Parts: sequence; C-alpha cells; structure tokens
Amino acid sequence: MAERNGMVEKRGAGLWLTHLGLIIGVLFIFFPIWLAFVASTVTQADIVRPPMPLLPGDQFFTNYGRALTSGVNAPVATMLLNSMAMALGIAVGKIAISLLSAFAIVYFRFPLRKLFFWLIFLTLMLPVEVRIVPTYEVIANFGMLNSYQGLILPLIASATATFLFRQFFMTVPDELAEAARVDGAKPMRFFFDILLPMSRTNIAALFVILFIYGWNQYLWPLLITTDPDMNTIVMGIKQMFPSGDDTADWPVIMATSILAMVPPVLVVVGMQRLFVRGLVESEK
Amino acid sequence: MEKRVTFKGIWLPILLVLPQIVITAVFFFYPAGQAVWQSLFIPDPFGLSMQWVGLGNFEYLFSDPYYRASFVTTAVFSILVTVVSMGVALYLALLADRLIKGAGAYRTLLIWPYAVAPAVAGVLWLFMFNTRVGVVSWYLGVLGYDWNHVLNEGEAMGLVVVSSAWGRISYNFLFFLAGLQAIPKSVIEAAAIDGAHFWTRFRTIVFPLLSPTTFFLLVVNIIYAFFETFGVIHTITSGGPQQATTILVYKVFSDGFVGQDLGSSAAQSVVLLFLVSILTVVQFKFIERRVHY
Repeated sequence: MAERNGMVEKRGAGLWLTHLGLIIGVLFIFFPIWLAFVASTVTQADIVRPPMPLLPGDQFFTNYGRALTSGVNAPVATMLLNSMAMALGIAVGKIAISLLSAFAIVYFRFPLRKLFFWLIFLTLMLPVEVRIVPTYEVIANFGMLNSYQGLILPLIASATATFLFRQFFMTVPDELAEAARVDGAKPMRFFFDILLPMSRTNIAALFVILFIYGWNQYLWPLLITTDPDMNTIVMGIKQMFPSGDDTADWPVIMATSILAMVPPVLVVVGMQRLFVRGLVESEK
Repeated sequence: MEKRVTFKGIWLPILLVLPQIVITAVFFFYPAGQAVWQSLFIPDPFGLSMQWVGLGNFEYLFSDPYYRASFVTTAVFSILVTVVSMGVALYLALLADRLIKGAGAYRTLLIWPYAVAPAVAGVLWLFMFNTRVGVVSWYLGVLGYDWNHVLNEGEAMGLVVVSSAWGRISYNFLFFLAGLQAIPKSVIEAAAIDGAHFWTRFRTIVFPLLSPTTFFLLVVNIIYAFFETFGVIHTITSGGPQQATTILVYKVFSDGFVGQDLGSSAAQSVVLLFLVSILTVVQFKFIERRVHY
C-alpha cells in the first residue's frame, strides 16, 4: 500500500471509530458462518429447543464423523471427492484447452483463424443456466448423466480464459519467438520451454478463480447427478433436508456446510494475492 | 493487434484450437441453437412429435401473468441485491482505505464470503431465520415480531436479497478498495487544505473518480443477481411463497424440469439469451470507454 500523508488520516477517536466500523462489518460477515460452526458442534436437542447456544459445544468429532462417514443420503466424504474432481477438472481442463487455442490464435496465421476467434468471442458470458434444458439433453444423449465428464465438459465450454491468455501472449516480446525461430525450435518447443513458464502467474491466478467457480456450482450438478453417490457437496446439502414435516438433522447439515466451505476458503485466503489479481484481470 | 513474428504451419494450429472448438460446438452452440429452435415448437403430450407454432410460445409467454410478474420480481430482486451489497462494500472500503495499518488484515477477513457458494450461503441464512429453530427469528419473536418467510412474501424476498448480497460483499469490497487506492492522494490533500471535510471530499472528488469502478460493478452485480443466485433461491424459498421469489432463471428451471413445459422453457431461455447479450454489450461499451478514459 502506498505511503500516506497523515493530513487526511483520522487520529485518536476517529481512528478507533474507523476500526469499530470495520469490526462491525466483519462481525456481520462472520455471524452466519460462526452460527453454522456452533450448530455443527452441539446436539440436535440443543438446536430444536431455541434459542440455540452461541458458543461451541463438545460434539465436534461426533457430528463431523457422522457427516463424513454416513451423511444423510451419501457419505459427505464421497461428495467432497466428487466436488474436488469437478473443481479440478474444470480448472485444469479449461486452462489446458485455453492455453492451446490462445497460442494458435496469437502465434499462427491459418485459414478460418478470424472465424474461430469470433466463435470463441461469442461464448463470453453466456452462463450454463440460460441453456440448461438443451444442454441437459446433449449430456443425456451421450450417456453422461451421473458422470464426471457430464459435470465438467459443459462448464469449460466458454472462452473467458482464452481471452486472458491471448491478452497476455500479445504482451510477450516478439524477440523471444524470433530467437526461437532462428534457433530452429519447433513451435511446440517454444510453447513448452518459453511461453508456458512465462505464464505461470497468470495460470495460477486463473486456477484460483476457476477452482472456486467449479466448486460452487449448484444448478448443473443438481440436474445431472441423480445418483446420491455422484452428488457434489454444495448441491448435496439441500438434498439432506427431509421433505415434509420431519425435523432436519441440523448438526450434520451444518457440519456439511462448514466442510463445503473449507476447501474454497483455504484456496482464497491462502492464495489471496493471486486471487485478487486473477479476479481483477479476469473481469476487466 | 497482430503479432509480427509468427510460426509457419496450418495443421498444427488447427489441431491446437480443435479441443476448444469441439467442446464449444457440442456443449455451447448446439444447445443454444436447440433452445432457439425448440422455442418455435410445442411438443405433443407424448413427446412423439413437434408442432410448429412460430412465435406462439413467446406470445403465450408474455400473456402469462406469472411470467410478467417474474420480470418484475427479477428487477426488484436484482436492484435490491446490487444496492445492498455495493452499499455495504463501499462503506467498508471507505473505512479500510482510511487505515494506514491493518487494511490488509481486514481484507483477509472480508474476502471469506466470496468462497462460500450461493447455495451454502442460502443454507446458512435459512438456518438463522428458520421459523422453528432459527436464532434470529427466535429473538425477533422475543421482541414481538412474528417472522415467517414461508408465508410472508416480503420477508421471503428480504431474506433471499440479504443472503445473495452477503456473498457478494467481498467481491465489491475488493474492487472498491482497489479503486479508492488508485485515487491520487495529492488531490484529496489539496481539498483537505482548502478545508473540505470528509463528506464534501467524498461527494465532490472521491465518488466521481470512483465512477468507472461503480459502473462496472453495477453491471457485473446485476448479471450476478440474474444468473448466479439460483442456489440461494432454491435452498431458501424454492421460488415461493406464491412465486414471490421466482426470478427468471428459476422459472426456466421450474417450467422446464419440474413442469416439463419444454416449449415455454426454451422460449424463456431465448429471452434470457437476449437479456444477457444486452448486458454484455453494455459492459463492453463501458470497458471500451474506460480504456480511453
């Protein structure tokens, strides 16, 4: 952060008011998460007789153990595995196909290049939610319901990442490609030995964004995973609520909610720098 | 913009773009085309044949009071989500920007909700306001307010708005903070020397200089409220009570998959396609302007 002149800074009471305002904001943000954590450490009896306690109980291992090994419809451990496969598949798959096509579009002149470019451009910002019924039919016809391919492929069919890599490749000095060509290096050699290592930071930043995007998908897994053993954790939570008037198993549901948050929160907080950078660059 | 130095070859680049082209064609262009095509037909009750109805599905759609109501619901919902999340985020960013030390720590704490899926955010808020076990609804009861979002349309809308806005605060906060930190401090100090107080400085200098960020966030948040809040609505209200929280995306889902009305659902998809295109054009026009700014 830049050096500030003290003149427009508040001191004393003003500074404390600033901190107070921010702390209230942080409490507002964290209250729902805290309450879910508390609920995941107490017994069902503590919750169904409101008001529930506001401090954690001693059922942490019981509740999380129950969620992970048996859950309600399927063990949450299985759902975590499915979410991980989906999020990694989307992040790695989209980055791989985007790197290749951006390389082709920037470093080659070939027939239909412009057409490909505009076709890819058209897919920007058209979320899967808009074309769900026909996309569902395609997946059903391929027999990809309840499969990882079905979860992953429709969500990597867009070009945001291709655009980012194209923008980045345009800023790579021409001299590098020139030198590679003079040395008689094959195009793919230039790609793997020079371009790819140079794109490291961009790839990592995009990975964070795509991982979260994939992990947090809801509607798509809801439609195509009818088998509880293929449920992802984010969509599986809603399936844990009983239909009708039965009381929900709140401690297990809340433990699952917390488990659903842990991987993306770790990625966002742990890779904060890259995340902020990826966010600002991918949206601009 | 073109590269001066390129490699020779025709088959290699085509091979390189092939995976993306194939995936995009099969899972993007074909379904989008299908949506447009199906919107011009109605299937018979057994799904054996399709009957051409031209724009009939659209006429039927726009004469349906529930669909028109869904437009209003979507507008109200999107505006409220955008205003609430941007308002809170701007307030927090202004405060964080005043700190010399510690802004980074607050940022680390405030970015958490970005990682929380809308559907999970929905479950968290549902738990707090649950009519039987919710802590907040229980304390509201003690204060004499009878909270029931299962029956009360306004309360249902309020709950889905707050849950959706909550998850979006991090994103807006990051962009506002970056925007604020990009404003030259000398300009603000000059105003301070002239005796302008915080609110005067905010109104006349900070807010105008922040307008590109604000406008960008407006568009992006509206798109978010339109398309990415499905999880919140599905977990909290399932579109109810009496369709009071059925936004357009939710209606495509409930008519297409629950109601099995494929013609109408396809027509709704096409309407959404159209809306997204408009928003995209607005966004690109704006980005272009910012480049020149």
